[in-house]
Amino acid sequence: MKILFFILRKEFRQIRRNKSILAMMFVMPVVQLIILPLAMDFDVKGVNLVVVDNDHSTTSQKLISTVTASGYFKITGDVLSYKEALQFIEKGQADIILEIPPAFERNLVREGKQQLALYADAINGTKAGIGSGHLLGVIRSYNKDLEINLKAAGIKNDTGRIDITYSNWFNPLGIYKYNVVPAVLVLLLTLIGGYVTALNIVREKEIGTIEQINVTPVKKWQFILGKLTPFWIIGILVFTIGLIVSAVFYGILPVGNIFLLYAFAMVYLVAVMGFGLLISTYSSNQVQAMFVAFFFMMIFMLMSGFFTSTDSMPGWAKLISELTPVTHFIKADRMIILKGSGWQDVKAAFFYLLAFAVFLNGWAILNYRKTN
Amino acid sequence: METVVLDHISKTYEKGTVLAVDEVSFSVNKGELFGLIGPDGAGKTSLFRILTTLLSADSGRASVAGFDVVKDYKTIRRIVGYMPGRFSLYQDLTVKENLEFFAALFGTTVEANYSLIKSIYEQIKPFNDRRAGKLSGGMKQKLALCCALIHKPQVLLLDEPTTGVDVVSRREFWDMLKSLKKEGITILVSTPYMDEASLCERIALIQSGKILSVNTPDGIRRAYPVKLYAAKSDNIYQLLMDLRALEWIEHCYASGEYLHFNFVSDEQNLLAGLEEYAVSRGHRHLVVREIIPDIEDCFIRLMNEGKWLSEEQIHAII
Repeated sequence: MKILFFILRKEFRQIRRNKSILAMMFVMPVVQLIILPLAMDFDVKGVNLVVVDNDHSTTSQKLISTVTASGYFKITGDVLSYKEALQFIEKGQADIILEIPPAFERNLVREGKQQLALYADAINGTKAGIGSGHLLGVIRSYNKDLEINLKAAGIKNDTGRIDITYSNWFNPLGIYKYNVVPAVLVLLLTLIGGYVTALNIVREKEIGTIEQINVTPVKKWQFILGKLTPFWIIGILVFTIGLIVSAVFYGILPVGNIFLLYAFAMVYLVAVMGFGLLISTYSSNQVQAMFVAFFFMMIFMLMSGFFTSTDSMPGWAKLISELTPVTHFIKADRMIILKGSGWQDVKAAFFYLLAFAVFLNGWAILNYRKTN
Repeated sequence: METVVLDHISKTYEKGTVLAVDEVSFSVNKGELFGLIGPDGAGKTSLFRILTTLLSADSGRASVAGFDVVKDYKTIRRIVGYMPGRFSLYQDLTVKENLEFFAALFGTTVEANYSLIKSIYEQIKPFNDRRAGKLSGGMKQKLALCCALIHKPQVLLLDEPTTGVDVVSRREFWDMLKSLKKEGITILVSTPYMDEASLCERIALIQSGKILSVNTPDGIRRAYPVKLYAAKSDNIYQLLMDLRALEWIEHCYASGEYLHFNFVSDEQNLLAGLEEYAVSRGHRHLVVREIIPDIEDCFIRLMNEGKWLSEEQIHAII
């Protein structure tokens, strides 16, 4: 126990003297939490629209002003032919073309129906889908308010229609950053636990100090525990800073039990540190460790449901996603912070994390040898 | 009493394709200052890593102070002081912190064994609060030696401690080793510098993972089987070429400002013949004299002959 104390004291001294790492560990969470959620916004607004009005009637003017008034769309062009409108799309100045056919008003009055054409630039699938969805909604409501339809509605009794009302739970306005901020918290812990631990241990290998330690009677577990504990403490500190930042900047306060959240963070840190340790046992220098860690971090981040829901992944991808500790913590973290889920709701994720912690650390310790 | 014993130790790397240590056997007596002399890549560091339990040998047995390096590795780590060839202390900790840290790891304190390191530590004490990374090469060496000694080891293993250190510091370092020897510590030290061989009590010459010879420095010099001559002239390079062209000269190589060579036989008239020959080749200011071979000459001869000593011979020497 006394030896462990000396190792810890040495580690803390070294961390304190490594100013850049220390700064990174505390500046990074703040910057990431402030910048990432603001930039990573999947809410679609400001769809650029080009209108091709071949009719120039009162009705078509009314339609255009209704669309503009909805606030979602910005008319970037008003041209005379589809060909000209397409140029806007090609130059990337417009996302959607709305084409109004000639004699739009006349046919609408005479025949009681008319067609509109809508072309969307689908390179950004989300924007195209949501944008044209919005546009359809606007046109539908415009359609309902048309004089002839109002008359028709007045004549026929409108009883057979199903009216749908809906409400968003846990994130009433459907704001994307509510989804992102808790996930960024997980990202922070992953970076500190995974990267910093791996690099720190490999550094001892690289500068040869591990040799000198290995010829002392220090035991494996003492050395490893001495290495992991400081970063575990720093990780919990960073997590706390992260929670404060998300409360102050975004007003996101964990709805659920804060102790449960911390319990998760603590176990999760042990799991990712086990991962960092594992990488360090296989690498002989920091560059190597960095690349290996980077490779896995990318997979972890992209497949963990950080950006896209894991439910929409194909079966095999979902399986890979289940096999990373990140997925389980992101899930539980969002549930606790946003939904206020209790122990019963998240205990499966907790046991997953526990299993990861035992498995990764066990493997790393077995692989960490004092002799080779 | 033999403190360090190596018995037919072999070690290969890269899945057996690179032979680093080939059936090495020798032993170091208690309280002896033993030198392992050989060029870079001879296998010295591999041997040290085996003795310090950092590396396991492919075959053979080794023991330190009677403890087997495989079975009793835990005990060995308590009684051995190891100084790796590369400076391996924490560069971002100060001199004092490094020393205290390593003392703590061995469950002791700097004060407890202060007498042992006193003479060395006093020299770096003024820099107590300086980070180890900011010390000069010689200072680093002294600190590393202090750290290796802080737990009062029975055996001190020093892997190329003087490589890359200036001449004055090297002298000082060897003086320190001599005084440590007086404390009864067994010291095994490796070096690529042949001139340091004479500072050891006994030496083992090692080349390509094989032991060429084990003896006292004098013993090795006396065992030089033929007469050795040194020669120089105004045009030393031409002289080297000319001497190598003669078939009655066995070996000729440059050593400092002289050429060292020996004849195929010890007949006196060969020397006179040589001088005649040199003059006929236009060499001026020719100097030729018989010399006592130094360790380097012995090493080169053993290497050239490819005459590895057989096991019986090694045991006869030990």
